[in-house]
Amino acid sequence: MTVPPLLSIENVSVDLPTARGNLRAVDQVSLTIGAGRTLGIVGESGCGKTMLSRAILQLLPKKAKLSGRVLFDGQDLVGLKPERLRKLRGRSVAVVFQDPMTSLNPVLTIGTQLVETLQEHLELDGLAAKRRSVELLAAVGIPAPEQRLTQYAHQLSGGMRQRVAIAIALSCEPKLLIADEPTTALDVTIQAQILDLLAREQRRRHMAMIIITHDLGVVAGRTDEVAVMYAGRVVERAPTPMLFKKMHMPYTQALLAAIPRIDAAPHTPLPAISGRPPDPTRPVQGCSFSPRCRYAAGLCYGQKPVLTAAESAEHQFACFHPIQTAASVIV
Amino acid sequence: MMQDRAQSRSRDPLLKVENLVVEYAVGTKTIHAVSGVSLEVGRGETLGLVGESGCGKSTLGRAVLQLRRAVSGRVLFDGQDLTAMQGDSLRKMRQRVQLIFQDPIASLNPRRRIGDIVAEPLVIAGVKDPKKRQELVCEVLSAVGLDPSLVIGRLPHEFSGGQCQRICIARALVLNPEFVICDEPVSALDVSIRAQILNLLEDMKARFGLTLLFIAHDLAVVKAVSDRVAVMYLGRLCEIGPSEQLFAMPAHPYTALLIEAIPVPDPDVRPAESVPVGEPPSPMSPPSGCRFRTRCPRADQRCSDEVPQLRSVAPEQFAACHHPLIPAA
Repeated sequence: MTVPPLLSIENVSVDLPTARGNLRAVDQVSLTIGAGRTLGIVGESGCGKTMLSRAILQLLPKKAKLSGRVLFDGQDLVGLKPERLRKLRGRSVAVVFQDPMTSLNPVLTIGTQLVETLQEHLELDGLAAKRRSVELLAAVGIPAPEQRLTQYAHQLSGGMRQRVAIAIALSCEPKLLIADEPTTALDVTIQAQILDLLAREQRRRHMAMIIITHDLGVVAGRTDEVAVMYAGRVVERAPTPMLFKKMHMPYTQALLAAIPRIDAAPHTPLPAISGRPPDPTRPVQGCSFSPRCRYAAGLCYGQKPVLTAAESAEHQFACFHPIQTAASVIV
Repeated sequence: MMQDRAQSRSRDPLLKVENLVVEYAVGTKTIHAVSGVSLEVGRGETLGLVGESGCGKSTLGRAVLQLRRAVSGRVLFDGQDLTAMQGDSLRKMRQRVQLIFQDPIASLNPRRRIGDIVAEPLVIAGVKDPKKRQELVCEVLSAVGLDPSLVIGRLPHEFSGGQCQRICIARALVLNPEFVICDEPVSALDVSIRAQILNLLEDMKARFGLTLLFIAHDLAVVKAVSDRVAVMYLGRLCEIGPSEQLFAMPAHPYTALLIEAIPVPDPDVRPAESVPVGEPPSPMSPPSGCRFRTRCPRADQRCSDEVPQLRSVAPEQFAACHHPLIPAA
């Protein structure tokens, strides 16, 4: 009955050696995503969300140590031969990075970068690849696409560059698109346009998508499921509507409360989270949020809570004192 | 002229910007960064200034401090024209106006100790007694929530972004200024830290009796701290009014677009499906007439022929639009 998920991350940990000691960037993360679904990974800087996306693509820094399994379409990507991986990246799994200026090659024209991808993966001839490039640029909303082919990244605005990066990512009809903070570098009106574009292309192509962001607002309207990360771990995951209706992990709730609301009156004090995230080279013994959590007590300081489900199997959280649950009333 | 009178009614302006024009030369071309902006900030008020990158909001902030000289127009601070000042008198005046920047780590000298960084404005202002300086530094560091004894001897790299922004705020406040320009003070910070710094700025405003010009691109952040909000687009002021009123009832289509584009952290609020608005034109060759007309759903011939002037659309609210969303009062 159940179809195996398109991507299944099993117990993935990433360790990075640093001058200050071992840095555990990702700590035993397990996630799945089905074909055509959208998963949002939310967290503040340094929570490991980007490292996790790099672990999926096997694009980690050389010194990084990865453990666990990354199953894509039934195949474990960990330890896959470089040439096999190269075939897969771009063809089946594509990425859109935060900064389109650094992800596009500054010395090659837009056309060269698109045509190159198409020829490499789809083995199109030059003319067909060029025709396809024009179609792709038009599809992502770039006016006068023929002329853009001969231009360089620096001749385009930030929003246009991100559209080009999306066109390249979509060029080979990937099954999974990873968008790592795709709109953080862009202005708010452009951000809405790019997010709309991604959603539209995803529907059209029945592609799975992972949106990595620090903005719960971006995730709320545009994902099926959300995973919240803190200090390298997934601390809560649930279908998006379920999560926003009832948050069980105090961190998720605090994060949402700390965002200034457009419908709040001016000069309303914000419920800030005191302190700051732990130093990843000095892991906290118990729950990593315990030093900042107002519900923390006893067990929280000694033991790491694992992801468990309460009322619904789909809604998991890692907390000894979950809020808004039947259990929390008793405790 | 009429709007001038209406705007200044009942307010005692500490800062008055009149018809300010700032341009940058790039090769043989000119960037029209600020093109004739007039606004006022009342004593004890927080004026939020919003707009997308390249709209001239930071340039305006710098031009107020005379860090960038205006091509024309006046900047009156407490009745005195800063654009006419130079050298010593300007330096004296700047003790009353301070600036907080976006990137807290980049705005601290990495080789100097925190105690010296925060004391520097005092040295420039001529506070000769080191004991007195130390005392003032400790006082202001405690005010921003840092323990002076743990902080003074350390270097900026030992602190997180949020703590560095606290240090920058301490440095801006050590001279006890009347007016502080905050240029995107929280946009480099994470959500959880951002709330701490916004709350701190509000506390400091009350404690030191400050008047603030709060520049940011995030409307929700601006609304959280501002009494009034001014919206800029491509070097011109689109709309200005009391925060709550402006957000509830925007008159300028650009203000409405900005509000609509904010992602709301609530899955029941579906994002507005594709507002077909394109991108802002280059400030090197801004459109004729209303500069927003190339992206505006209401634009017509008049908008390309005639520059719209700021007109009253509601009490205290002014919009520069030929076809405002609320009819002109």
